[in-house]
Amino acid sequence: MRVAANTRVVAPIDRVWSFVSDPERVLSFMSGVTRWEVASVRHTGLGARYRVLFRVGAAEIGGLIEVVEFEPPREFAWTSVLGIDQRGRWRLRELPGGHTNVELRMAYGVAGSGRSGWIAERVAAPTVTRHLRRTLGQLKRMIEQEQLRERAAARRSAARAV
Amino acid sequence: MASTGVARAPSRNGHVGDERRNGDVEQSGRSLLGRLASGVVDQVQRRIPRGDLDERDPDFIRERLPLMWLAATVWYRGEVRGLGNIPDEGPVLLVGNHSGGNMIPDTLLFTLAFSTFFGVERRFYQLAHNLVLALPGLGSLRKFGTVAASPSNAREALESGAALLVYPGGDYEVHRPTWERNRVDFGGRKGFIRLALEQDVPMVPVVSIGGQETALFLTRGEGLARLLGLDRMFRLKVLPISLALPWGVNVGDMLGHIPLPAKLTIETLPAIDLREEFGPDPDIDDIYDHLIRLMQETLDALASERRRPILG
Repeated sequence: MRVAANTRVVAPIDRVWSFVSDPERVLSFMSGVTRWEVASVRHTGLGARYRVLFRVGAAEIGGLIEVVEFEPPREFAWTSVLGIDQRGRWRLRELPGGHTNVELRMAYGVAGSGRSGWIAERVAAPTVTRHLRRTLGQLKRMIEQEQLRERAAARRSAARAV
Repeated sequence: MASTGVARAPSRNGHVGDERRNGDVEQSGRSLLGRLASGVVDQVQRRIPRGDLDERDPDFIRERLPLMWLAATVWYRGEVRGLGNIPDEGPVLLVGNHSGGNMIPDTLLFTLAFSTFFGVERRFYQLAHNLVLALPGLGSLRKFGTVAASPSNAREALESGAALLVYPGGDYEVHRPTWERNRVDFGGRKGFIRLALEQDVPMVPVVSIGGQETALFLTRGEGLARLLGLDRMFRLKVLPISLALPWGVNVGDMLGHIPLPAKLTIETLPAIDLREEFGPDPDIDDIYDHLIRLMQETLDALASERRRPILG
């Protein structure tokens, strides 16, 4: 099952990338994520591994994931090594006016689970989609507010200098 | 004693020969019943698999997770808290209170939560009553890591570095009346504490609520079980009577029942290092009392969160 959500962030693509590629910041904006721990020597970049858990329904689902695409500042994709089969992708694209289009995709399932797996994937889809939308909403808010605070601080220091 | 009674019974026609003959007929009838009962016991005991930990099958568990997730999420609206309290690796004894009759909904939810949290790759076994593993159709439980409750199986599981889930209350607790649903009752069974001390493994209490609302459990039927000799034959101390779907009056719960969709909540408490908390040579009764108090307090707190039975 594949679900996706996207949003437009009023911030340059590099700033958005600095958020989505930083494992220390993930928990602050990813909805439903209860754990995102570094599980490899590399903290970020191609080959970095994380132990992640998402709360979906009655269980925290996840496992060990590995970053399989890392192309700053456009593509960040991972796939599961252990646990529930899953793939995810942050897809960033530059828009005119210094804005960024952010798309978050998730594909998940359990190979060999048959009809019950097919049903479970569909029952879980609204919850997963809601988490993706909330994640993008929180990411947008965090980045834009941080930018506003920085601009305000810059204006204050410029005024003090005058 | 019984045969003496038979010999003393007067014959219908007063003839000694008839008396002897009647006695013989009754004796052979009893021995037939006895043979039948021991035959059933033999059959059941033959069906009880030997504790083979290798029967656990991670791929089988992974493929069943969606079905378990559907049942736990849609039917029971399950919630499991505090799994982070379980040590990330190494052997650990998980001690739970047990509810819900033979349908054991709390075990379903906890097995799902443990398997998705730690991954099916982590070895996880559950001890179950011998009879559960002997029932037709429940053989697949062994692939989930369910093994017959015996000291040797428990030791073997912990020595292999696995997490082991035990329900000390077992059949006694799981069939308690619904009005005692918010009571932790292990029936004084303390063998699991000796096991934890002997293996020197941490103990993690697992408290669940909601399972005893999946049917109306009326009585354990301990007297009935004693009368029928179920304890001697099958190690069954209870013959529960409940009102459950689709049977109405459900005696024994051997065929299971359709559980009501009661909301289940499970809370996992911080791990207890027995020797660190109770000294190098701890008193088993002290540990038992402490554990029961701890679990009861947690169960009371979970009960206070519930507004209505079944709905949660």
